[in-house]
Amino acid sequence: MRLKTKLAGEIHRFRDLKDVMNKANEEKSGDVLAGIAAESQLQRIAAKEVLSNVLLSDLYNHPAVPYEEDEVTRLNIDGLNMTIYEKIKNWSVAELREWILSYETSEEDIKRISRGLTAEMVAAVAKIMSNLDLIYACNKIRISAHCNTTIGLRGTLSTRLQPNHPTDNVEGIIASALEGLSYGVGDALIGLNPVNDTADNIARCMNALHELKEKYEIPTQTCVLGHITSQIEAVKKGAATDTIFQSIAGSQKGNEAFGFNTEIVMEAWDLMKHRGYGTGPNVMYFETGQGSELSSEANFGADQVTMEARCYGFARNFNPFMVNTVVGFIGPEYLYDSRQVIRAGLEDHFMGKLTGIPMGCDCCYTNHMMADQNDIENLTTLLSAAGCNYVIGIPASDDVMLNYQTNSYHDANAVREILGLRPIREFEIWCEKMGIMENGRLTKYAGDPTIFMGRGK
Amino acid sequence: MTMNQNQLEALIREVITEVLGSPAKNDSAVPAGDVWKTGPGSTDGAREERDDIPDDQLVDITSPEVRQRILIANPMDVEMMDRMRQMTNARIGAGRSGPRLNTVTMLTLRANHATARDSVFSEVDPALLEEMNLFSVQTRCTDKNNYLTRPDLGRRLNEEGRRIIDQKCKKHVQAQIYVSDGLSSKAVEANVRDILPAIMNGLESFGISTGTPFFVKFGRVGVMDEISEIVDAEVTCVLLGERPGLSTAESMSAYLVYRATIGNPESVRTVVSNIHRDGINSVEAGAYVAEIIRIMLEKKASGVDLSL
Repeated sequence: MRLKTKLAGEIHRFRDLKDVMNKANEEKSGDVLAGIAAESQLQRIAAKEVLSNVLLSDLYNHPAVPYEEDEVTRLNIDGLNMTIYEKIKNWSVAELREWILSYETSEEDIKRISRGLTAEMVAAVAKIMSNLDLIYACNKIRISAHCNTTIGLRGTLSTRLQPNHPTDNVEGIIASALEGLSYGVGDALIGLNPVNDTADNIARCMNALHELKEKYEIPTQTCVLGHITSQIEAVKKGAATDTIFQSIAGSQKGNEAFGFNTEIVMEAWDLMKHRGYGTGPNVMYFETGQGSELSSEANFGADQVTMEARCYGFARNFNPFMVNTVVGFIGPEYLYDSRQVIRAGLEDHFMGKLTGIPMGCDCCYTNHMMADQNDIENLTTLLSAAGCNYVIGIPASDDVMLNYQTNSYHDANAVREILGLRPIREFEIWCEKMGIMENGRLTKYAGDPTIFMGRGK
Repeated sequence: MTMNQNQLEALIREVITEVLGSPAKNDSAVPAGDVWKTGPGSTDGAREERDDIPDDQLVDITSPEVRQRILIANPMDVEMMDRMRQMTNARIGAGRSGPRLNTVTMLTLRANHATARDSVFSEVDPALLEEMNLFSVQTRCTDKNNYLTRPDLGRRLNEEGRRIIDQKCKKHVQAQIYVSDGLSSKAVEANVRDILPAIMNGLESFGISTGTPFFVKFGRVGVMDEISEIVDAEVTCVLLGERPGLSTAESMSAYLVYRATIGNPESVRTVVSNIHRDGINSVEAGAYVAEIIRIMLEKKASGVDLSL
């Protein structure tokens, strides 16, 4: 493995493959905070040059966290298709990039090769792609999944309706949900972030969303995004949900900081197969976001793009219905400004799709970041052009429970119209039946949550 | 096939009436969004916004009254819309222009965001600190950007700060209270005048000895552990500005630890959050914090080890 290069007359040397991977990242405040980022612009490009010539077998042999120490690494390696890996192990990262972008390479080809890629290979190729490369490559790939309806088909852009309430007041949650539905939002999921993480409260919220779905016969999925163990308990008490959620990290230590391990995810998955309300086969929902490993000191000296790719390698073992990066939630110490957030959103979406998971994005920001609503509208448009499965929708972009901003109910339909995209077909038919949509556009009745009064079962 | 506007409206109306269990209360209502039915503005007469309007008659679009407004032109069920609006502080009933937000909503959101941003980036007024008799020390952060991107530096005092606290503060106290900007200077400015005296009076009435209060600039929660070690406090409590949301930039939290030491886990902290005028008001919060300190001293525990 060559760990040095000559660039602009200067020799650049790197300690090991991890050092190359870290320094090849686009600038992220989280990598600076971790003390592993490139020290100059030229050193960053030197690392990219070195990385472009690294072989996929080198990346296979050097996972960010050792196989013996970490179950995320083990899931990643043990889940690979070795027939495919053997065919590509002598490719360089540059060759992988060019192969993905080539006119000769079909969507099916990429999905097959994906079975032989570890997270480190996925991260490596993302590091030598420009933003438009990431968008172009993603647009070749659609990863669909089915719970009650099918998400991620070409030509669709879906939304998770997020009807959060500062005290989990059910009537208030339903009011927000109805407003969202009246905008044709919620075809991916109606998913609540609860304030109170007790099993009883989660069961109450699960049942409220389920009743809403049943009452108006909405072809969609529901979820209450409490801690995985609280959701398990709620389902065991008989609560109705289509999916189970968990935030995940790229190392076992990171997952332990989130209070779970693989065994608990297996238990939840098994429970949903036997007690869930969703048709399936895809019943799991995961969220990720660059930087979470460093925040729990579980990054093992690796950069945040690589650790993020490892989340996707973990997620694919559970055939999820949805995975999204909550890209701007973590704060400026990991993603400083809109430039870094937009880059991270595009990277995450690409890495998720290349890993083979149905990827969406919470295009968001907090008030202490150098970003505003204009920036996440940009990201939403870019990701939708890239074929992102879904984005979030909330009342007027202001999440009154999580205290951050994401997409408004008013965003998805604008983007759908601009790019010629539609909601999931069954949901669109339901919107048409309700008088909300016609010919892929909102009708004049859209946006009035009281149109549902006196209707439904 | 193309349908003209009237035919389309008639069709939708028909479908809605068909599906409706009972007829809509406001049956003459048509548009939910799109306030402009006949195009913007009026065609008759001149239109003018006058600048000589008295200041006290200007409408503040960020005021609670304006925020409560329902911007849907003609909701089908007006009463239900009002009721829904009351059940949540989420910005529902927003209405729309085409698929997009109305102008006033868009500008209100930008105004709320601007307030939040200004609160993160502004500094606590030195006159307030003087008024409250709080001397000021600083963490190892050198400026706001450094503070935002280096949480590790915000968890440690700079050398001068250590020395000043060591010189000026009473030692071996039962409770050390101090104030810090955190992520919102506005939270400090809005709450400190009430909460600090409320805590100090409460502790005095319990006969609990207190240290010398002061202010920490560029402070993260964790710097309380170092402060606790310097002054040898039994309970250390920081009143800290929280990351501003769009609804309020004035939210403060109190973090409390029993026998805090550098490197102790986060789980030892007890927190009282949401201290602002629409949450727990600062006087009430002060009394509550004093009571928690009393219990911590009695149980000799905090965080997950303490049930309140």
